[in-house]
Amino acid sequence: MKPTQIYQIAIILAFVALLEVLCLTKVIDKITMPAPHFILRDFFLMIIHGRYFHEVGQSMFNVMIAFVSAFVIGIITGTILHAYRLVRDVMDPLFATYYAIPVFAFYPLFIMIFGLGDGPQVLIGYMLGVVAVIVTILNGLDRVPRVLKKTARINRLSPFQTAIRVTLPFCAPFLLTAAKLALAYAFIGVIGSEFIMARSGMGYEIGHAYTNFDNATMYPLILLLLLISIFMNGILTAWEKVLLARRGQA
Amino acid sequence: MTSSAHVTLRGVTKVFPASDGGPGVHALGPIDIDIRKGEFFAVVGPSGCGKSTMLELLAGLTTPTEGEIEFEGKPIRDIPEGVGVVFQEDACFPWLSVEGNVAFGLRRSNLSADEKARKVAAVIKMMGLSEFSGTYPAQLSGGMRQRVCIARTLVVEPRLILLDEPFGALDQQTRLLMGDEVLRLWRETGATVFLITHALDEAAMLADRIGVMSARPGTLIDVVETKWPADRDSRIVERENFGALTSRLWKSLRDESMKTMGRMGI
Ligand SMILES: Nc1ncnc2c1ncn2[C@@H]1O[C@H](COP(=O)(O)OP(=O)(O)O)[C@@H](O)[C@H]1O
Ligand SMILES: [Mg+2]
Repeated sequence: MKPTQIYQIAIILAFVALLEVLCLTKVIDKITMPAPHFILRDFFLMIIHGRYFHEVGQSMFNVMIAFVSAFVIGIITGTILHAYRLVRDVMDPLFATYYAIPVFAFYPLFIMIFGLGDGPQVLIGYMLGVVAVIVTILNGLDRVPRVLKKTARINRLSPFQTAIRVTLPFCAPFLLTAAKLALAYAFIGVIGSEFIMARSGMGYEIGHAYTNFDNATMYPLILLLLLISIFMNGILTAWEKVLLARRGQA
Repeated sequence: MTSSAHVTLRGVTKVFPASDGGPGVHALGPIDIDIRKGEFFAVVGPSGCGKSTMLELLAGLTTPTEGEIEFEGKPIRDIPEGVGVVFQEDACFPWLSVEGNVAFGLRRSNLSADEKARKVAAVIKMMGLSEFSGTYPAQLSGGMRQRVCIARTLVVEPRLILLDEPFGALDQQTRLLMGDEVLRLWRETGATVFLITHALDEAAMLADRIGVMSARPGTLIDVVETKWPADRDSRIVERENFGALTSRLWKSLRDESMKTMGRMGI
């Protein structure tokens, strides 16, 4: 392990230890937050008894749909936009303002249109992520050296083959960045929507436990959510490292 | 060597249109030249005179504003079959290994997977890259990467090989050795070679004929025949007429290079 990694783990452990001390000395009362070792115990009990597996599975499924659709549609849209200078010039400023739109404000509207179910949540997660993917991929495509595109032409690749075999592979590091963004936004969109208004799901259960002062459910669920999202992000980050090392950019 | 024309340029001119509707950039021409089949033809000229433009015209990457280019008797439209290009810039695909890069050239061929692998291995061996076939370009030196690009071009067995300052970024010793290798490849493949270079000694050492270009818009102001034997190598620089040859090239180029420098305000 590298020294930096040791320090990083030490910081997290120190933070947990601090929480433990603050809880045991009742600086943080147990209605606000149980001591970390209680959370851990409740967490393992939840896992052992398989409680909330169905809800967690449902939410993760929705997160995956939002993530995959934002990623795939974002890449296809970005690649096509990049090929049409004029459309791209028209869209660029619109993308920049897109971030200013509070997508969550449309959630009630989506519920009215699609009904209270998985659809509106996935749509929010998708909408938060897709533009970030488009902007990231456009940024990557702008960096493809002209000589690689010429090489593609010399090898008589069609525009579609050029995208699949040359420009998108060149952009692989950007694709991973886009995937990380889409994943984070999918989590925020889906879990957040469940939190605001839903009939089931991980976010719903966390919110429900919160209103019932059910810390034995709320904190283990939050911990599980953290672990899942850190794990998935970790996979993408590890992949990115391999890729960058291969290209001598690590 | 036969003396039949492999590539014919007639009144070839390239003007890049200006984006603002202005007069545009007259980059090249008019150029009239026949490049013989199996010949090693080099082009020297001041920077910005249109050498790369000429190569892109031959490769079918861009079309002449005026004039006609024929390859093997057929006018060049789009990318002609049988032409390989090694560009001035590093054109290795960073996400593919050396082997993957070289095999890329064969993706369109309908050879069996076995035959493709054999061909790729043979070309990698010919370029002295065997021990690096699993290596990624980032781990290779500039000279090695250029070899990978040459290998990727050679694997399709082009009948016309276009090289745009392929050794421009290499040190002098490596350039001489790479020059020897290009000569060897030229002899082994029997292909017609069109080499762009800014190094007069390189042109003088490698080529059968050397076209000297004027400052932009580049036109051929001299075509020099070297009369070297086909089995030459870099030791040709020791011959006494080598010096006479380079000084003749320099005489033709000196004024043109000064024009370019004047334009750049150096
Ligand atoms: N795509 C292009 N659009 C406009 N001008 C170009 C383009 N490509 C090259 N030029 C111009 O044409 C001239 C010749 O360029 P080039 O052929 O690259 O020169 P060389 O390879 O001899 O250094 C230069 O002045 C260059 O700026
Ligand atoms: Mg050039």
